[in-house]
Amino acid sequence: MKKHVISVLVENQFGVLGRVANLFSARAYNIDSLTVGETEDPGISRMTIVAVGDNNILEQIQKQLNKLIDVIKVRDLTGINLVEREALLVKINSHAASRAEIIQAIDIFKGNVVGIQKDSITTEIFGDSDKIEAFIEFIRPFGIKEMVRSGRIAIAR
Amino acid sequence: MSKSMTGAEILVDALIKEGTECLFGYPGGVVIPIFDVLYKRQKEIRFILARHEQGAAHMADGYARASGKVGVCLATSGPGATNLVTGIATAHMDSIPVVFITGQVNSALIGTDAFQEANIMGITQSITKHNYLVNDVKDLPRIITEAFHIAATGRPGPVLIDLPVDVSNSTLEDYSYPTEINIRGYKPSVKGHRKQITKAAEFIANSERPVIFAGGGVVISDSYKELRELAEKINAPVTTTLMALGVFPEDHELHMGMPGMHGTKVANFGLMECDLIISIGARFDDRITGDVSKFAPNAKIIHIDIDPASVSKIIKVDVPVVGDAKSVLEELIPIVAKREKNHWNDEVAGWKKEHKMFYRTDDTDEVKPQYVVERLCANLPKDSIIATEVGQNQMWAAQYYEYTYPRQLLTSGGLGTMGFGLPAAIGAQLAFPGRTVIDIAGDGSIQMNIQELATAFVERVPVKVAILNNGYLGMVRQWQDLFWDKNYSGTCLKRQVDCPDICCSPSPTCAPYVPDFVKLAESYNVLGLRCTEADKVDETIQKAMAYDGPVVMEFIVAKEENVFPMVPAGKPINEILDVEI
Repeated sequence: MKKHVISVLVENQFGVLGRVANLFSARAYNIDSLTVGETEDPGISRMTIVAVGDNNILEQIQKQLNKLIDVIKVRDLTGINLVEREALLVKINSHAASRAEIIQAIDIFKGNVVGIQKDSITTEIFGDSDKIEAFIEFIRPFGIKEMVRSGRIAIAR
Repeated sequence: MSKSMTGAEILVDALIKEGTECLFGYPGGVVIPIFDVLYKRQKEIRFILARHEQGAAHMADGYARASGKVGVCLATSGPGATNLVTGIATAHMDSIPVVFITGQVNSALIGTDAFQEANIMGITQSITKHNYLVNDVKDLPRIITEAFHIAATGRPGPVLIDLPVDVSNSTLEDYSYPTEINIRGYKPSVKGHRKQITKAAEFIANSERPVIFAGGGVVISDSYKELRELAEKINAPVTTTLMALGVFPEDHELHMGMPGMHGTKVANFGLMECDLIISIGARFDDRITGDVSKFAPNAKIIHIDIDPASVSKIIKVDVPVVGDAKSVLEELIPIVAKREKNHWNDEVAGWKKEHKMFYRTDDTDEVKPQYVVERLCANLPKDSIIATEVGQNQMWAAQYYEYTYPRQLLTSGGLGTMGFGLPAAIGAQLAFPGRTVIDIAGDGSIQMNIQELATAFVERVPVKVAILNNGYLGMVRQWQDLFWDKNYSGTCLKRQVDCPDICCSPSPTCAPYVPDFVKLAESYNVLGLRCTEADKVDETIQKAMAYDGPVVMEFIVAKEENVFPMVPAGKPINEILDVEI
């Protein structure tokens, strides 16, 4: 089982996301994360899909993706030199005693405090997935009230 | 030259420009604007009113299969569109080019559960090659051009256009039909990679025991001449799948017959024992491979296919060649070394002698369905077109009719759609009014679209239907017979509520069959003929052939006849059940 990062250039039109997602579900294949946004050409969007699983099935899915008329280009970024980034927004339980330690951690992870309440701190962290994971593990003992991850975006260097 | 036209006018004009002779369909509220234009332009395009949208879909499909042209089908929104679904899926599985046009509710109402609204875009996403919802009349000319292009090129398939009624009614000031197509996400590779073709030639040169495995792609790419040339140059035995029957002459010494579950022993042994499979436009369907892990254990595989996603999908391939079969074969044949016959050819020839197709004639007084198929083949003109339903009738039609031309057999191979044959036969007959077109049917599947007899009569389409009536849903009954302790559950078509709870054999006291197919045919103004004796089979066929109009022949056949040879599902294809001699 291997993690695959697949970059897909698609026509920027309604329905495309559904078509792409459908291919994964038709093969009973779970998507870890999927991000989509406009590229330098507003007519084209880039999807970054992260999926873990059997290589043969993933190869088949990539071929099927290529068959979609609205898909312009499919590239498996797995194993190549790439930059990947993810954003995290998280609301952490805090009180007077723990606040300083949490803020220090946020500083170390080069995050920003974007909200502060009597009983919580909300922060944003940006970076590769390992960094995000490490931060989450560090703050977990304090108690996570709410959390959202953006999913990965990736590009070849 | 451009002019002002409504969406409905553009649609019909575009269909005519695409060369659509027959439009199959069914009207409804949101497509009335289109039907109004069809009325005005009826001299230029013939509309065939089916009696059910599924029938219309299979007619367009049968028209496409027989002629190689794009079939076109039109239905209304909601139930009209959903009734097409089985027909669309059937075309999709067998790579048949059909453009489906569905009406849609007014754009402003989409997503509101409006009357006769269905999200046909979502529903058909996985059973079309592509689908379009038209938002703006200015996109319509481009979309229709693209739809025909996508349907017919690469690996063909159905394309659906969903057309909201307000788009049909709105006007485009400067309509002209596009002559150029540029779809950046769709560039099928027709030419095979030279390096791969050279590699294929090397593999062939090093093979002791090659087999050519020809599929529907040979039909689609029109490469049966090249197939024969290659086979004769390298003296490789040939097996043709159900979708390819007719592409290689069945009386040719290199022909091994059809492979797979109900294929010939020769073809199955050939695939299992060979050291090289040259697959041309076939996709290693599970009905052919049986147990994949045991399939062709010693064979290297060359896979020629226009669809990269078909390559190495089921079986790891040694030499993938992505391209159009005709183009690839044209490049391969000159560089491949001539191969002389060897012990392998002798071995195959030995199997051919030893394992002829066989059915018993001494175990019952009933008419054998295989005999009916053989007699049809003997009595019909050589260029007849044969459509089938699905089940035992389909397999007997595949086994006992001798096909000599590509596009001669029209059958739902991939999806296995009962009810396909009659409407497909009507579509084929409209493409070839001068040829004999017959639907070989079972008594079960014919009832799934029997309403199309009305279409056949009113449109003067003289299709002949041969029902092999055994009173059962025979293929399922066969599985129950062989693998489920003969528990004929849900498969007896004579069963009535007052039958005994447990019954696993037909008896003379069974209730009479409903419907009476002869009377039913007559009620449609179609000639009905019933045949209950073997020595009346020829006479019945000749009577049907002599009749100038549609005919239903009902042959009362052996009730519990099974299709053999048979490879049980999931077994390797050399573990074959056969009739006891």
